[in-house]
Amino acid sequence: MRGIARGMRRRPAKYSAAALAWRGLKGDSWPRVWRDTELKRSYDAVVIGGGVHGLATAYYLARNHSMTNVAVLDKAYLGSGASGRNTAIVRANYLTPEGVAFYDRSLQLYNSMALDLNINVMFSERGHLTLAHSDAALRTMHWRAEVNKLQGVNSSVIGPEEIKKVASSLDTSDHPRYPILGALYHPPGGIVRHDAVVWGYARAADHMGVEMHQKTEVLDILCEGGEGADGKGAGGRVTGVRTNRGDISTPIVINCTAGWAGLISAMAGVRLPITTHPLQAAVTEPVKVFLPTVVVSGSLHVYISQTDRGELVFGAAVDAVANYSIRGSLEFTEELAGHVLELMPSVSRMRLLRQWSGLCDMTPDYSPVMGFTPVDGFLVDVGWGTYGFKAAPVSGEQIAEAAATGRTPELIAPFALSRFETGELVGEKGAAAVGH
Amino acid sequence: MLLVPCPNCGPRNSADLRYGGESHARPDPATAAPLQWRGYLYLRDNPAGWLRETWYCRSGCRRWFTLERNTATNEFRDPPMPGDKRGGKA
Repeated sequence: MRGIARGMRRRPAKYSAAALAWRGLKGDSWPRVWRDTELKRSYDAVVIGGGVHGLATAYYLARNHSMTNVAVLDKAYLGSGASGRNTAIVRANYLTPEGVAFYDRSLQLYNSMALDLNINVMFSERGHLTLAHSDAALRTMHWRAEVNKLQGVNSSVIGPEEIKKVASSLDTSDHPRYPILGALYHPPGGIVRHDAVVWGYARAADHMGVEMHQKTEVLDILCEGGEGADGKGAGGRVTGVRTNRGDISTPIVINCTAGWAGLISAMAGVRLPITTHPLQAAVTEPVKVFLPTVVVSGSLHVYISQTDRGELVFGAAVDAVANYSIRGSLEFTEELAGHVLELMPSVSRMRLLRQWSGLCDMTPDYSPVMGFTPVDGFLVDVGWGTYGFKAAPVSGEQIAEAAATGRTPELIAPFALSRFETGELVGEKGAAAVGH
Repeated sequence: MLLVPCPNCGPRNSADLRYGGESHARPDPATAAPLQWRGYLYLRDNPAGWLRETWYCRSGCRRWFTLERNTATNEFRDPPMPGDKRGGKA
């Protein structure tokens, strides 16, 4: 068994200017960022899903709870799902006190991530504008601003003139069909390079002894004692997972699989309040930087940011029809272009480079489902819908604590699966999603 | 684009219809326990494969109907005929 003492045996290659210069002079190549290891027959915990949530969970299991005999399994490659497909926006300006506290903690962890993981995640704290085009939307913005202020999160409602000062390319006149009446301005929001976050967590977890197994598909979750078939379901207990590379025995299985969360949970006999919908996004050719903030419009179903390379990244609402197919559609591009031009007529000559799609696990109340399930040893970190990336660090930290201690941390208690039995839903639709 | 076979209007662009989601039998209001209602309201099978689901022909015949669609490939099968009263919110 690999304990914590042996876990740290691999010295990480430090990423620094000095290391870059030294390796450049010596002509050394950089070591592989994480190891390829043999799949063992037994682990203390298995994390299903090698995205940013799964890797963060494994990292915090090792760092905060000295659990290093952990495997992260992914059926494709690390970060191949929504972790590499999202629009990389982070913010904490949510609507419910539970949500604000949670995402604010996530933002704190993003703020110190580059130092913690020794990798440049390119966190650009550029501010976040949520536009209101109707009195109802403006009222929600005021509501969010007040909830945010009470929780110590920097948010305020600003008018069209101030919006023009923050982002001059926005059409703040009364000419558009849906003129901009105001906005919720959230200066701590911004964008992070999502791939670097995935690699950073994978690298840091690997250094502590966690194993990442790519192309390892989970075919079944082995349970005993449950009320369903094969000992699955309520009252049962996890004993292991069956993969395409053989069976693994483990007392703890953590489901971090986003769009596929329902399928994985069904393997343990747990039904979830989740439907899978694709979300499409697109990116333009790069131009000189002109958009200093992230711009979101709920009424127009669009969010826009400009990358450091100068490309405009657009995201939208999820497709209305539940689907596991991640094909793009022309309707999306047409609608997106129309809405973007309504906000920023000046980009009408820009060309789209590409569009893509990722799977979102949507819950009825637009809040995640986190923590324990009726099956002992089977934890979920799912239901992340369209807001999973911005919550990854805190989710990993909290789920790791739950898995290691066997107790639900206070911060994620409101997001328990049992809320759908008791009816204590955490309604975040007003702040978590565009397009409603 | 998804071409949805409406029983009355024929194949229609999915944008003309409203998606109603998974179709499950409604619990009997006379006997159902709260937990059954919660399950009916919130819990979903969400399969990656054949799914029986409801649609509302919003800009056509304005009727609810159910059919089977493969959520991985978007094929349809077993489209209902006009006047078909199977399941759904018809």
